[in-house]
Amino acid sequence: MLVHRFIKGGEYLVLDVNSGGVHVVDELVYDMIGLLEPPLTEEMPERLVSELSRFPEKDIRECYDEVYSLYKDKLLFSPDEYRKYADVLTQAPVKAMCLHVSHDCNLRCKYCFASTGDFGTGRKIMTPEVGRKAIDFLIEKSAGRQNLEVDFFGGEPLMAWETVKATVDYARSIEKQHGKNFRFTVTTNGMLLDDEKTEYINREMSNCVLSLDGRREVNDRTRPTPNGKGCYDIIVPKYKKLVEGRVNEGRTDYYVRGTFTKYNLDFAEDVLHIASLGFDQLSVEPVSASPDAPYAISEQDFPEIFAQYDKLYDIMAEGVEKTGRKPFNFFHFMIDLDQGPCAVKRLRGCGCGNEYVAVTPDGEIYPCHQFVGMKEWLMGSVLTNDIDTEKQKYFAKTHIYNKEGCADCWARFYCSGGCNANAYIYEHSMEKPYKLQCELTKKRVECGIALSVKMKEARERNT
Amino acid sequence: MKHIKTVNKANLKETAAKGGCGKCQTSCQSACKTSCTVANQQCEANK
Repeated sequence: MLVHRFIKGGEYLVLDVNSGGVHVVDELVYDMIGLLEPPLTEEMPERLVSELSRFPEKDIRECYDEVYSLYKDKLLFSPDEYRKYADVLTQAPVKAMCLHVSHDCNLRCKYCFASTGDFGTGRKIMTPEVGRKAIDFLIEKSAGRQNLEVDFFGGEPLMAWETVKATVDYARSIEKQHGKNFRFTVTTNGMLLDDEKTEYINREMSNCVLSLDGRREVNDRTRPTPNGKGCYDIIVPKYKKLVEGRVNEGRTDYYVRGTFTKYNLDFAEDVLHIASLGFDQLSVEPVSASPDAPYAISEQDFPEIFAQYDKLYDIMAEGVEKTGRKPFNFFHFMIDLDQGPCAVKRLRGCGCGNEYVAVTPDGEIYPCHQFVGMKEWLMGSVLTNDIDTEKQKYFAKTHIYNKEGCADCWARFYCSGGCNANAYIYEHSMEKPYKLQCELTKKRVECGIALSVKMKEARERNT
Repeated sequence: MKHIKTVNKANLKETAAKGGCGKCQTSCQSACKTSCTVANQQCEANK
């Protein structure tokens, strides 16, 4: 697909897929583009006069001239010329690591893809020695890359606090001599946050992801403690303190992140609830679950889910209209139309199994956190400093031209083929995108593009 | 133009030529962890 047309917030929008161009058009142009197929001719096809007969002929001719002008400038119906870049994609340096410092957890979230923390492999905490080996591995395997990312993950990573600190301190002690810049992040449920950890995280972590599903009753239903009590009242004050420390320094590098399930299809209320707590960097995302799970979302839920995204869009757009600023940042609506990632990055998703890997408490390497425990995808070990380069090469080729349906999808440069793990787990093939996610992604991308347009218009009005 | 307003640089093609430097964040490390979201990352090539 070369163009995608959609109406959002009362505006007619046209995305030229291959140039990334976003055009705000009037109704006539919108309809006309739907009637055209490249190659376009300089002379207007006369059939348009009758096909668009509800518009004056003079306007039709005027619009066609504008459409043709964009076409000539390769801003409309521009060709896909990226396959040549995909064809040469191969094994890359490893630059990002999801470090599973803890395969144990102090919550028992109902939808946990990690089998309540241990990934089905037994409860374990990573030793500081393995953490340091992971850093050595990353430095050695990241030739040519300066920025290295380590996300402390679990299970609950704060259960392995000594390992977190030992790993960070070790990396900081050697990063300069190796010409590297470590960026640490942590994904936590907040239960063990205290002043010392909060201060350390705010000093050392370039981002932190704080899990909270929204309203108290929603959160506590799906995120209970091992003794069945809710965690909302324990974690919210801790998050407020942590975020306050960052905001006081003018930082916005955190996310309060929730999961929505079939139990809270009205998840816009949860987003708004989290915002009402004073947080403004938000992400609430669909559960990743087997279709037979009682909390799994399905295609039947799409109308409700789409309505929730529309509701969030409307609230955010209204805020932009009134103040020129978004009332909060919603991760899945974030699209920068000018400074986004390059086309090469957009050819494939997260880079898992190639430039991004997960490491278990035993030092085992997997393509990402969602593959952990699947022995067929074991890629090596940081203890022996080896990684399966054949698997890396395989993942390097999981790009949009090798995935069923992606090359013809208008959203291909926004989701980049989607999550490989979801494809493998739910569609049983890395080359088959997870259809459920595809539809949700397309909806969110439309909202994100439309919101970016609103932001640009607001900026123009104010200058 | 009277009927069309292009709101961005539409520079995807230009980014391909010098792309792939690897300086930017891995998308899964930001907030998602379950839903690949690439286009919301920032280019860091010139930072």
